[in-house]
Amino acid sequence: MFEVPVFDDLNAWAALPIILLALGTSILLVADLFIPEDRKRLTASLALGGVTVSLVVAMLQALGVEIGEQGAAFADMFIADQFTYVVNVIALSSAFIGILVSYDYFERAEVKRGEYYSLLLFSTMGAMLMGASRNLVMIFVALELLSIPLYLLSAFRKPIAASEESALKYFLLGAFSSGFLVYGITLLYGATGTFDIDGIWTAAVEIIDGEISRQFTLIAGFGLVIVGLGFKVGAVPFHGWQPDVYQGAPTPVTAFMSVTAKTGGFAAMLRVLVAGIPVVVAEDIAMWQDTIQVIALLTLVLGNFVAIMQDELKRMLAYSSIAHAGYLLIAVAAGGTEGIGDQAAQSALIYLLAYTFTNIGAFAVVVAMEHVDYSGTKLNDLKGLSNTNPMLAAVMALFMFSLTGIPGTAGFVGKWFVFKAAIDADLVLLAVVGVLTSVVSAFYYLRVVVNMYMEPGTPETQPETPSLRWALGITAAGTLILGILPYFMTELAEGVTVALIR
Amino acid sequence: MENFVTGVSLLIFIPLIGLLINLFFGKRLGERGVGLVAVGASFLTFIVSLLLWAALADMNYEATIVNMPIFTDWISIPSAGVDIPWQFRVDTLSVTMMLVVTGVGSLIHLYAVGYMHGDERFPRFFVYLNLFLFFMLILVTGNNFLMMFVGWEGVGLCSFLLIGFWFDRSQHHETDSTVGWYNSNAARKAFIVNRIGDFGLLLAMFLIWWTFGTLDYYKPQEDVHVHFEEEEAPVFSIEGLEEGAEEEYEDVTALSSRAGQIGVFTQTEIWFEEGGHEIEVGPWTLDFETVILLITLFILLGATGKSAQIPLFVWLPDAMAGPTPVSALIHAATMVTAGLYLMTRSNSMFHHAEFTSFIVTMIGISTAFVAGFIALGQWDIKKVLAYSTVSQLGFMVTAIGLGAYAAAIFHLVTHAFFKALLFLASGSVIHGVEHGHHHVHEHGHDVHHEEAFDPQDMRNMGGLAARMPLTYWTFVIGGLALAGVFPFAGFWSKDEILADSFVVGFEDGLVKGYLALAVLLLAAAFTGFYTWRLIRLTFHGAPRTEAAGHAPESVWTMTVPLLLLAIGSTLAGFLNIPDGFPLLGSLFGEHELTLWLEESVIHAHAGEFNFLLALLATGVALGAIAVAHNIYSPANVDDVREAGDPLERDTQTASIFALSNAKLYWDETYYQYIVFPFQRASRFLGITLDWNLWHDFFHNNIIRDGFQGASELISYPLDRQVIDRGFLGIARSIQAAAGRLRTVQTGYVRTYALSVLFGAVLVVVVILLPVIRDLLGV
Repeated sequence: MFEVPVFDDLNAWAALPIILLALGTSILLVADLFIPEDRKRLTASLALGGVTVSLVVAMLQALGVEIGEQGAAFADMFIADQFTYVVNVIALSSAFIGILVSYDYFERAEVKRGEYYSLLLFSTMGAMLMGASRNLVMIFVALELLSIPLYLLSAFRKPIAASEESALKYFLLGAFSSGFLVYGITLLYGATGTFDIDGIWTAAVEIIDGEISRQFTLIAGFGLVIVGLGFKVGAVPFHGWQPDVYQGAPTPVTAFMSVTAKTGGFAAMLRVLVAGIPVVVAEDIAMWQDTIQVIALLTLVLGNFVAIMQDELKRMLAYSSIAHAGYLLIAVAAGGTEGIGDQAAQSALIYLLAYTFTNIGAFAVVVAMEHVDYSGTKLNDLKGLSNTNPMLAAVMALFMFSLTGIPGTAGFVGKWFVFKAAIDADLVLLAVVGVLTSVVSAFYYLRVVVNMYMEPGTPETQPETPSLRWALGITAAGTLILGILPYFMTELAEGVTVALIR
Repeated sequence: MENFVTGVSLLIFIPLIGLLINLFFGKRLGERGVGLVAVGASFLTFIVSLLLWAALADMNYEATIVNMPIFTDWISIPSAGVDIPWQFRVDTLSVTMMLVVTGVGSLIHLYAVGYMHGDERFPRFFVYLNLFLFFMLILVTGNNFLMMFVGWEGVGLCSFLLIGFWFDRSQHHETDSTVGWYNSNAARKAFIVNRIGDFGLLLAMFLIWWTFGTLDYYKPQEDVHVHFEEEEAPVFSIEGLEEGAEEEYEDVTALSSRAGQIGVFTQTEIWFEEGGHEIEVGPWTLDFETVILLITLFILLGATGKSAQIPLFVWLPDAMAGPTPVSALIHAATMVTAGLYLMTRSNSMFHHAEFTSFIVTMIGISTAFVAGFIALGQWDIKKVLAYSTVSQLGFMVTAIGLGAYAAAIFHLVTHAFFKALLFLASGSVIHGVEHGHHHVHEHGHDVHHEEAFDPQDMRNMGGLAARMPLTYWTFVIGGLALAGVFPFAGFWSKDEILADSFVVGFEDGLVKGYLALAVLLLAAAFTGFYTWRLIRLTFHGAPRTEAAGHAPESVWTMTVPLLLLAIGSTLAGFLNIPDGFPLLGSLFGEHELTLWLEESVIHAHAGEFNFLLALLATGVALGAIAVAHNIYSPANVDDVREAGDPLERDTQTASIFALSNAKLYWDETYYQYIVFPFQRASRFLGITLDWNLWHDFFHNNIIRDGFQGASELISYPLDRQVIDRGFLGIARSIQAAAGRLRTVQTGYVRTYALSVLFGAVLVVVVILLPVIRDLLGV
């Protein structure tokens, strides 16, 4: 029954970016032991180097260079296709920029622990694996690989209560919701007798036509999986942790987490939910579509409206992050209509890529503003920033425009594709609410710009160091270039399909 | 010589180069250099026009279409079947216009060098003048309506710029800065009024495009001479092409009629010949006659704007706020004839549109009459000439309406000479009086004259004949030409129009002929009267002001053009001596201009000379002059500054004079019934509706407040109160139920966990809804 697979059957080359990253991270973990405390910059550089190597390979794969075969790998646990490749690029990009943002922050805060980078990279691996899983168990493992380092990272400013508190909250709630995920997976296994996503969908076809009690199990299983993943991406009503954790965690961690956790969560969601669409349809519409729609609506409305009332930049960005999960959920919901699956996945990935640059960039600005004791990030602290630090104000304005979705920025392109997918999928209500809430979002994003440019004040900013400047430069350039030349993104996403592998 | 036809593109390059030089180096070149460049460019275009004339004569007057080098494909969208080339058309009509524009234009350029001497924006003035020349030549040389329209709008722009040239000051009230508004308002008025006409022209172009699928007058492969009755072969060959093209566009019904192989005018003739063509215009199917009627009416609307006809003539008198050379060049000799040119160019359409022709005639004669009447009572020397221009344009438009295209162009040419002459001479007078005024001031007497002194007001003149003899005599020649006295130019051209109206009335028996004849004779009498009144008031008698008494004769750059134009005004009439006129006919040839124009204007025809009518017209003119001579005798006009016009003093004519002096309250009527209601409406829309209601009320009260209310509602009561408190409440109730569970350090985590639980329930319920419904059998 058990065969020992030969190396050639593993198709291991297809997972090269993850393997490289895993190797590099493991070496880094050991190497860090020998790096003295005052030279942790070396650790950061090594981590950056590892990510760069992995990112280059991932880019090559995404651009169509054959490294390993496309298709299943590692005995059907792993799947390598364009979707995997693009998720890899997104996750690795956010890791790259995340490291750039982190170094100075921790230097300033006098936290000198090399494990930080290893943890960050393990978390990245988790996100990458979530997009590449073909098996529910893999998804669960990947989710934990993504989450546990994040719990730890949140606590990295240990003596500060807020940081500890956020880590604890995140951990408790994360564990709680993981329970739902596991329960859902169990139910699915109970209904279908397999963990294999393709197998589940194939079995589901029969079940839908058959006995109603088995349907109950199956569908409830899906519902609980949605809950588990919904928690990870911060969808309402599973969003409670997000503002507290985003505010409490060290800002670079927040920056990294806000993007990576979403990437992983949505990648898995698309894998689990959208992949089966060609098989399981009821009147061309997946049964979970209504559910995702409801969640998306709640998320959009609550995220955007509550963000208005925030007076703290990090907290505002946390709610904004909830709102953006709502837009991504629109894409997922669109995937529930037959024939739209690929388009929905593409639009979600484009959105994620755009969001990666913009959101990390926005948090990088917060890093540049924030004092060591977590103060200095009130919205009012931004007043007059255009006078004291015009460059910083300009890039912040750019990020705010992009988050609002103003043409010429990456955010607009992402929204455009997501709304287009929704309309093609006949989800006009969602698209309309999406557009309207975007208008609402302008209220709080532009308030930042108003504070910076039209209010008097002399805010203090932290001295900018080269790595932070690089981070700001890369994110700003990414936001602008992808906004003006969306070609780069659409080209990457073009070959993305989320169909079953037979 | 033949090959020179391709040099037509020089016509627009030369003024372009001239204006660019003056634009970039004008300040450095100085007045002399600027003048040399501008006048040089103008004279060069005149020489090019002459060469084109010669080239055309070499080719037996055959119309030629010239592609412009490097710029042939102007607008080309193959997928939509749009192809509008940038092509020049050299035929007898366009060459006539070129000669008038560049010939008269050159003299006026030269004159302007003297007139504008010392102006702070001297280079800019000549940039504008060359720009005008550039656009005017595009207008007359283009081979399609769109090129014509480019020129049309361009000259409108130049007109606007030049009327408002002294936008910051008044010509005569240098101390009073508010008077500058008068100039810029006049410019705006001209622009806005013309916009109405342009709107009509645009509609005409759209309709032409829709109907014919092309805007080209004629296609290169066509022969203009083809008259279908006589030679049918080319028509069939062209139709063959059309059928071939039709197959190409088989399923595009809209394009089915747009073969695009045949120009607009030939197509018009063919379809009228065949009869029974129908055009689908939107939801309606119109027969071809109706479409042509609409097109011609729209063109007419355009022409009433540019050529200052009723109802749009009101801008032209105000346009006299511009410098006098501008009035002469743009607002008398060239630009205002663009409408005439356009209608003559479209004679194939107007010839077949009976109703439009009637309307054209009515507009022409009423304009000729009304403007002539208003001219009787003006004090401003340029205003008199402006209304006279409007009146003469009315004559030409009448000729178009009567189908006498050659007569219209003939009058256009002669009028260009004598009206340019009159304007330039009046400019010389104004210049002289102004200098006299300065002279008086410098010498310190008459100090209380400091306030408004208007050198254009004829009441301030008198006795200038002695001070400015050259100006006086040239003015008299121009005046006699304008009045239509034998043998000056105006006599011949005006007589031809009258003769044509006689033919149309008495031989064809059409009402418009009788009406035209009667009204034009009356208008001719007005012409003689106001012309001589002008000469009497300005030049005869004794000077009525010190300024007039000290007016010097103008410099040579101003008087030489006067002399040349005076010669032109005397001789231009011999271009088109009518049939069988003794002596002169054999001397200068008969119907030269008409024969020449017939090469390109299909429906041009020679008028029949009517000796009695000529005698009658001359009698009327001379009679009017004689009457004016007596009424405005030096004895009567010496006290005109205090006692007013002799007509005003006579109780029987006082009210008529008042009506004429008030310009028939034409502007006031427009203001009362159009401008004011329009302003009220826009104020209502702008202030009340948009600002107060939409912006203030709707945006602030409904959108902003509602929005804030909604977000506050969702954030505070909903998220914090309902959701947070709700969960807290649930938590508490669970606490109570569980009998005081241990208090955890942060109650919030539990809240969030509960929220997750609640969400999970929600998700499971929603996702199971269909199944549950199935279970319950609902």
